[in-house]
Amino acid sequence: MVITRERRTTGTGVSVARPDGVPKVRGEFAFASDLWMEGMLWGHTLRAPHAHARIVSIDPSGALRVPGVHAVLTADDVPGRATFGLVVPDQPVLAGDVVRFAGEAVAVVAAEHPELARQAAAAIRVEYEPLAPLVDAELALGAEPIHPDGNVYRQLVIRRGDAAAHGPIAVEGEYEVGMQDQAPLGPEAGLAVPADDGGVELFVATQYLHVDREQTAAALGLDPQLVRLTLGGVGGAFGAREDISLQIHLCLLALQTRRPVKMVYSRAESFVGHVHRHPARIRLRHEADRDGRLVRVEGRMLLDGGAYASTSVPVLVNAMSFAAGPYRVPTVDVEGIVVRTNNPPCGAMRGFGAVQACFAYEAQMDRLAAACGVDPVELRLRNAMGPGDEFIFGQRAGASFPLRETIRACTRHPLPEPPVQSREAGAADLPGASGRTTEEHDVRRGIGFAVSVKNLMFSEGHDDLSTAHCRLRDGVVTVTCAAAEVGQGFVTLVHQIAHEVLGVERVVVAPADTSIGDAGSTSASRQTWMSGGAVLAACEAVRDELLDRVARDHAVAAGSLAVRNGSIVGTDGSRGVDLRVEDAIRGVDLEATRVHRHRPTTPLDADGQGEPHVAFAVAAHRAVVDVDVELGLVRVVQVATAQDVGRVLNPLQALGQIEGGIAQGLGLAVMEEVILDQGHIRNASFTDYLVPTALDAAEVLVDFVEVPDPDAPLGAKGIGEPPTISSTPAIVAAIRDATGVPLRRVPVRPSDIVGPSSGS
Amino acid sequence: MADPLSYRIRVNGQSHDVCDAWIGESLLFVLRERLGLSGAKNACEQGECGSCSVFVDGQLVCSCLVLAATVPGAEVVTIEGLTAGGGTALTDVQQAFLDEGAVQCGFCTPGLVMTVHDLLERDTLPSELAVREALAGNLCRCTGYGRILAAVARAASGRAGTNRDSAR
Repeated sequence: MVITRERRTTGTGVSVARPDGVPKVRGEFAFASDLWMEGMLWGHTLRAPHAHARIVSIDPSGALRVPGVHAVLTADDVPGRATFGLVVPDQPVLAGDVVRFAGEAVAVVAAEHPELARQAAAAIRVEYEPLAPLVDAELALGAEPIHPDGNVYRQLVIRRGDAAAHGPIAVEGEYEVGMQDQAPLGPEAGLAVPADDGGVELFVATQYLHVDREQTAAALGLDPQLVRLTLGGVGGAFGAREDISLQIHLCLLALQTRRPVKMVYSRAESFVGHVHRHPARIRLRHEADRDGRLVRVEGRMLLDGGAYASTSVPVLVNAMSFAAGPYRVPTVDVEGIVVRTNNPPCGAMRGFGAVQACFAYEAQMDRLAAACGVDPVELRLRNAMGPGDEFIFGQRAGASFPLRETIRACTRHPLPEPPVQSREAGAADLPGASGRTTEEHDVRRGIGFAVSVKNLMFSEGHDDLSTAHCRLRDGVVTVTCAAAEVGQGFVTLVHQIAHEVLGVERVVVAPADTSIGDAGSTSASRQTWMSGGAVLAACEAVRDELLDRVARDHAVAAGSLAVRNGSIVGTDGSRGVDLRVEDAIRGVDLEATRVHRHRPTTPLDADGQGEPHVAFAVAAHRAVVDVDVELGLVRVVQVATAQDVGRVLNPLQALGQIEGGIAQGLGLAVMEEVILDQGHIRNASFTDYLVPTALDAAEVLVDFVEVPDPDAPLGAKGIGEPPTISSTPAIVAAIRDATGVPLRRVPVRPSDIVGPSSGS
Repeated sequence: MADPLSYRIRVNGQSHDVCDAWIGESLLFVLRERLGLSGAKNACEQGECGSCSVFVDGQLVCSCLVLAATVPGAEVVTIEGLTAGGGTALTDVQQAFLDEGAVQCGFCTPGLVMTVHDLLERDTLPSELAVREALAGNLCRCTGYGRILAAVARAASGRAGTNRDSAR
């Protein structure tokens, strides 16, 4: 898309520059891994080499003999709650009796040099009694429990409509989604500093300071007021930083040694140090009338939650909510289960359950279109929900639900040029890329289309509020909010809102920390709506007080003034008062704290019905691929999208979110998978876990569909997740179109296209 | 007594004494943890992501793969050394990254800025394919590369304009 360069340079709706942009391009922005303190020690984690084992004994004496080692801590050294977890605390801070996944933390060490810490960790003698690992989600249901809480995190059904209703056209398929890693470029990192009052200061890269504090304080056995967190610079997140990784370990080491302790995960460690996207197996049967209108959807979803609960329960709720997508379906009977295994724990990743469901239901919609002889886009339009239509869980879509407009907008993007016909024309544009392995006569082009829906904010009764504080003093607006900036550009939005509301040029975003109230997690596409709403309310409260004062001073009616273009003017357009904001705020010191809450939601009932979600955003993607049908290589040529964004607040940042999200969807479609062998990750590196490069990235065409959500404080919906959801099924649909191979699993590997199982 | 001198390295035109160092420390570690130059980043520490890119004697390298003890005598330039003036000075590439929205989390940014400088020194008007190939050693997880490619195009055309102007 073309970003219009407006004359206006501030406020919402304009591509205001990031306030952290200059330090970031100069290499001066302080990420959590950049922190350094005089006299600090280095932490290191000893991790279990077994996917399932009983710990017979731990002998730390060898580690303590390594010179420069100051602490070696095991499960016995955790003074407070021995476990942590976002939803239920079922994961040991350090494994005591049993290890349940390969890479689980068993001990932590602090030493004067990171290499000494590594050597010390290696010198800890742990005797294990290996147990048979439970690595197949299907077997988890009937297997001996591998945890006192059992092997089922949650099981639920969504059932509605006339159970006897059937359609004359039926398609059925089973789909699989592999385990994806968020792979943020910044590794897990933090610095803990013991405080004189017996507490601890923790500087850490996270998505959610307050929930980290809650869990860390519980494990330390400290009053939460004594555990103070400050956001260290965050090098991307995508869900990987919603759970505890090194937070508790760092604080334990700092309190034990009375020294600052820094810890940074290696990339290999990062792969076992955070949760992943749930692998899923989904069977769906769609029945429709002869025109392709859905009559019935039934099926089963099985998600592998891995060793500990993390966010498995809400991930399943999302996957189940969108089992049939954003389509009207009168009769539904779907069962969903998320189980515990000895695979690495799974939890939040961009898309959060909606990704797995979408891959399955959109494949089904294409098969249904083929079975009915209807164009795939037309089939989606015929079934598309609109405002007021009911989801399969009984909730109605709100007033902003522009699905048909989004689908149509996506189809209006121009298609790319045909594939190159001669080697001279640009062989590297072929699927073999710079390897020049592809012969042009082997190239087939395909086009695929997919649609998605995502809930925004937390669901099922969660009151995930946000708090913001605004202070206007000495001509400067300082906004404090604990919302984690992880790269998405929330700090830019704070500037935009504060400037627009108060008309003040000088805006400072204070460091995010736990000195202020909770802002909730930077996840679920929620910060623009929730923390944007809190910042807006706090700034408006200060503005209203300022205007009241000015009204008093000028003896005009309260409420008759407004801030416009840097001036305070009469709302009726009269020139009774015309004061520059700059002059009006001289000597003024005003402040306000405001909390924003979304409307309440309810848990799903026994039939999977309720009002579980706050709001929704839809997206459509059209992918064009070139496939080398001889070698099974895929080049994604173009991804065109239209996305329901409510309202665009910063066009350039919105574009960046969408392009970046599509790249992650592309990754899941054709290359990204954590490969497991008996619970062990076999590709825990960027050599073997393939993240899309600049050569893999497709041309992206973006259209924003703007139907402001009346419930959203700024009219804007979160935009981070939708690009990742339907881009994957659109790309796979395009590969199917090019090859004729059914492709029931992502990521699609070359052997799926040309191998013996491809059927080609 | 001062710690024993291990070796001396030159970074951004300045000589630095590295004392009491473990011989296995990478150039990346020494830059970040001993010299306080944390602009080069530690995303993979195995030469796959390019976030630690620096110049050693003018050659772009992954500093995580270079032993610091092997660079005495060489001239190392890091992201901090690109804008010798300090303050808020920006190179054309850095400015282009800001103008085109190529920065999100920013963890890959210093490495990419170094790579783009290297590219544009060698090839003043690279084709889009040449740009993509040059950038393929730098992973970015946030942007999907779209705005980064736009930034490179902007910086390249800026230089082409400057060259045209000076040729006149």
